[in-house]
Amino acid sequence: MCLSIPSKIIEIDEDNMATVDTMGIKRQVSLDLMADEVGIGDYILIHVGFAMNRIDEAEALQSLETYKEILEAMEEEERRQVVESDDNCDNRSGA
Amino acid sequence: MSELRLKDLYDGFRDPETIRALARRITEEAKTLKEPLYIMEVCGGHTHTIMKYGLKQLLPKNIDFIHGPGCPVCIMPKERIDHAIVLAQVENAILLTLGDMIRVPGSKSSLSVERAKGYDIRALYSPMDAIKIALENPDKKVIFFAIGFETTTPMTAALLAQVEKRGITNLYFHINHVLVPPAVDAIMADGQAKINAFIGPAHVSVISGAKIYLPLPKKYSTPVVVSGFEPLDVLESILMIVRQKNENRCEMEIQYTRSVTLEGNIKAQTMIAKFMKPRDHFRWRGIGDILDSALELREEYAAYDAEKIFADILPTEPIDDHKLCICGTILKGLAKPNDCKVFGSACTPNKPMGSCMVSSEGACNAYYRYAEV
Repeated sequence: MCLSIPSKIIEIDEDNMATVDTMGIKRQVSLDLMADEVGIGDYILIHVGFAMNRIDEAEALQSLETYKEILEAMEEEERRQVVESDDNCDNRSGA
Repeated sequence: MSELRLKDLYDGFRDPETIRALARRITEEAKTLKEPLYIMEVCGGHTHTIMKYGLKQLLPKNIDFIHGPGCPVCIMPKERIDHAIVLAQVENAILLTLGDMIRVPGSKSSLSVERAKGYDIRALYSPMDAIKIALENPDKKVIFFAIGFETTTPMTAALLAQVEKRGITNLYFHINHVLVPPAVDAIMADGQAKINAFIGPAHVSVISGAKIYLPLPKKYSTPVVVSGFEPLDVLESILMIVRQKNENRCEMEIQYTRSVTLEGNIKAQTMIAKFMKPRDHFRWRGIGDILDSALELREEYAAYDAEKIFADILPTEPIDDHKLCICGTILKGLAKPNDCKVFGSACTPNKPMGSCMVSSEGACNAYYRYAEV
């Protein structure tokens, strides 16, 4: 019920309605609740046929960057653990 | 990555490898927690994400979830579902509502059963569709049974603004818009649920601002993180809670910075305030009467108010749930769906006994769909 779908504005008509792209599906949404001006190409959150708010692109990119850093750090940590457990292995048959 | 693609807003926040990495980071940092974490995810949308992506299974044993009351269909008491049914049976009426409401059982029937009998009951994609239906049916009484939390309330207000502007006189509103903070207060005042952190629903705060949660950390010594609904949003929020606990902080923080601000959408808040005001009493399924926890139309708009216009035929007595259904206890955070005797046997999504099994955001529905039972 409270879910909302990220979409991209592709057209705005004179009735304050926008045509948006929601993962390849085109639909019509009302911009009546939007406080700020929005334009073609902007990302917005859609809920029951209305745009609720703009999606801040810089903030979204920042979150994705943070996740990438965590992923890299955890992969590094995993590699280190594998090497360490290999170093500590007593039953090594070879040299 | 320098330019954001629409795809990134979906896939970027669901990447399986990153989900695993973030869960491992949480597991590492949760080792120093002084006490187990009992996080209430207030919104049913979050319950859905947690179950769908198996997040509980990826996290350490000292982090548990308590599912909250944030599912508008689930908290609707039977007497109000009966209102919808009575209104659908009014002569020359068309009853409109949103999605899941159609299948929720009232005391004797449901809207879907009534629709099969021939009453004109329609589920809308958007409240705005009500305008077209009212204009196309000037001789009918079109009644919009409005449901939803703060997220969905401004859409009803926007519809009212259009009705007023176009001078439509055959569209009536039965308002069931409810508020998150009073429900959280009621659960905490009850004192039985062992909650020591909250995940707040981001889309409520897109409208009402994160400011609505500012009193919580002080009142209950619980961190609150306003979280998005993708699995990485939820995991990042949990990491933020773990860090607050480890650093002895207790604050309201925003994880969903890509669309939530402290103030929220002021235009939407102003539109709501123009048409609606807090309602003294509203009975929540399982939780009971909570003061100022819902909205109603202002006096000036009484001509649109279905509760006033059809007052003579609307039942007023509270109606309790089936005695085997524990929806109410689940909504208070005191039980989980699999604690219920009829879960998955006498109560399934195809034949629900309680509202928590009907709604896709209900805890029982999420457990049934995603957990192995």
